[in-house]
Amino acid sequence: MNHFERDSETAVKKSREIRDRMSGNEAVAHAIRQIDPDVMPAFPITPSTEIPQMVSTFIANGEIGTEFIPVESEHSAMSAAIGAEAAGARTITATSSAGLALMWEELLLAASNRLPVVLALVNRTLSGPININCDHSDGMGARDTGWIQIYAENNQEAYDNYIQAFPIAEDPRVHLPVMICQDGFITSHAVENISLLEDEAVKAFVGQYDPEEFLLNPGKPVSVGPYAISDYSMEAKKAQEDAMERAGSVILETADRFCRISGRQYGFFEEYRTEDADYVLLLMGSAAGTAKAAVDRLREQGVRAGVIKLRVFRPFPAAELAEAVRRTGCKALAILDRCESYNGVGGPLGSEVTQALYRAKVYTETVNYIYGLAGRDFTVDHVFGIVDELQAVAEGRCKAPDHKYIGLRS
Amino acid sequence: MRTNIRNITTSTPYTGLTEGLQLFAAGTSRQFMTGEWRTSTPVLDEDKCRQCLLCAPVCPDSCIPVRDGKRLAFDYDHCKGCGICAAVCPFGAIAMTEDGAQAD
Amino acid sequence: MRDTVEIRWHGRGGQGAKTAALLLADVAFQTGRYVQGFPEYGPERMGAPITAYNRISRSAIRIHSNIYQPDYVAVVDETLLHSVNVTDGLKPGGAVIINTSKTTEEVRPLLKGYKGAVYTVNARAISERTLGRNFPNTPMLAAVTAVTGVMDKESFFREIRASFTHKFARKPEVIEGNMKALEAAYAAVENELEAQTCVRRSA
Repeated sequence: MNHFERDSETAVKKSREIRDRMSGNEAVAHAIRQIDPDVMPAFPITPSTEIPQMVSTFIANGEIGTEFIPVESEHSAMSAAIGAEAAGARTITATSSAGLALMWEELLLAASNRLPVVLALVNRTLSGPININCDHSDGMGARDTGWIQIYAENNQEAYDNYIQAFPIAEDPRVHLPVMICQDGFITSHAVENISLLEDEAVKAFVGQYDPEEFLLNPGKPVSVGPYAISDYSMEAKKAQEDAMERAGSVILETADRFCRISGRQYGFFEEYRTEDADYVLLLMGSAAGTAKAAVDRLREQGVRAGVIKLRVFRPFPAAELAEAVRRTGCKALAILDRCESYNGVGGPLGSEVTQALYRAKVYTETVNYIYGLAGRDFTVDHVFGIVDELQAVAEGRCKAPDHKYIGLRS
Repeated sequence: MRTNIRNITTSTPYTGLTEGLQLFAAGTSRQFMTGEWRTSTPVLDEDKCRQCLLCAPVCPDSCIPVRDGKRLAFDYDHCKGCGICAAVCPFGAIAMTEDGAQAD
Repeated sequence: MRDTVEIRWHGRGGQGAKTAALLLADVAFQTGRYVQGFPEYGPERMGAPITAYNRISRSAIRIHSNIYQPDYVAVVDETLLHSVNVTDGLKPGGAVIINTSKTTEEVRPLLKGYKGAVYTVNARAISERTLGRNFPNTPMLAAVTAVTGVMDKESFFREIRASFTHKFARKPEVIEGNMKALEAAYAAVENELEAQTCVRRSA
């Protein structure tokens, strides 16, 4: 069965809905059990430890045939993942924070060697100060490594995104590794309702991994990761960039196909009550849910607020995002980063979104907020404060602040 | 696609490269005639050679073939002339010639 | 039950406050509710104060923040009353449920001027009697369910038994002890609820 056959046949059948409750880590582990990948090298680190722990239990109980490789570091975990994937095995791993940082060199190799490894990232701040709680500094630190990055608001999305990762990564038009991100503790350790798919539906959707070229293929030798002189390296990097651009349409196709089995539709981002919105918050991850709840209350009071929740950060849907902001006709836009860039002007989302707006000639007022660093809570009241400030900016009562912290003692 | 990388040259556009620059062949190093890089050439004096075989395993480019317990002639297609074989020979049987000329 | 009930748990690392919150989410889910159960970790050490939270709702829950104005507060370790302002933000009309051997009137002075409802349950004694060890979270789970009314008594006991049967599949011998701990705590709180209602009526 190749990648195109799985598109047309078995996978279009809608799955029976299985209502359950579980944490975000359990949801990812459940998806792994359903997918039954070939190899999982992993090293434990809070708050993603439960994922390899649960997978090890599935293996010990004989529920899946995955080969678990206990390694001595995340550097080795990603190295082993690259080796296994190059050998022809569907390979996964999971990590957080410093674990991802230790993988850094290999992340670039997985992408440049065009190996569709899938990594579950449970977002946790990078030191220092050393801290175990959520922000996006680990994922954002790896934003230019050539990995596709998809962020989840809740357990449901972590599960759904994880299942979609394989058809995206393994598509011959893409062949890039995928990072499926969720917020450490906030969703990874929170038990919530979830709607699961049947095992058979997931297996059919994900399909067999059947790479055309791989190392353990007698009679068809292949060299992976050769040295390239400057005459070829720049061309190779541009070819890799093209694959990332092509990933966009594959992500949307996969989302449509996923909708047919689940009834849940995904895109590059979600627009929540943005039609006619005067004030829009653009953000990623679990805080988007809190922002939506706040927007509902604001709307009850007659304040026209909305949320754009970015799901796909890599490839960055610049033109589509700018168009979405233009469609709202909003008076002011808050761009929220759960990460500091230490560049003196804002966070990574702030930089990339404003660049997208400028190129599309969407000249709305923007404020780049930094929130939720190292587990600092982000609340409905914070959203009210942001919208108050956007109103003041739009009405000319104050100048748009740039690079402002939320919930900071000052 | 198992592209023959011999068809890929410095004038090939980026869209014509293999994915991840994969090479679809084994033992491709044989195709690189690194002997062309040589500026100093080892020459074997067969009268002095006792077939102790110390030279063969130290050659970084595997240019001293061994058959039936005896070393054969240098593989000058790949020998870069590093001189390690000459340095290791206990009998002074290998001389490095400085003219860079092919010995055969 | 109102649309959403928010509960904050205070305990110490290792006492099972997080487990109790997750179990409550579990049984509330079984009765058809939307649920959240999640911990807030400080330093990951045995004995350090920890907080856990529940949202239990008739509609889908989207908020992902901690709970600052809870409807109910559960205190799994009474020594926390000296160091943590457990009733901070507790809504009027709510209640605090405390694991202690003291009476309601004896613990009230420790609650920093809090005027609302207080329920006490000697979870330690119940646990030691029924389980042979101090696992205060199990009796506290029953006490919280009885006070908050997030589900009726019959559903609670039916679903928690199912939950234990799953959780303790490899050591079924502990299920009955746990059920006895729950029943004892539930009964104790029912008595206290009734007594306090009588006091309010006669006052």
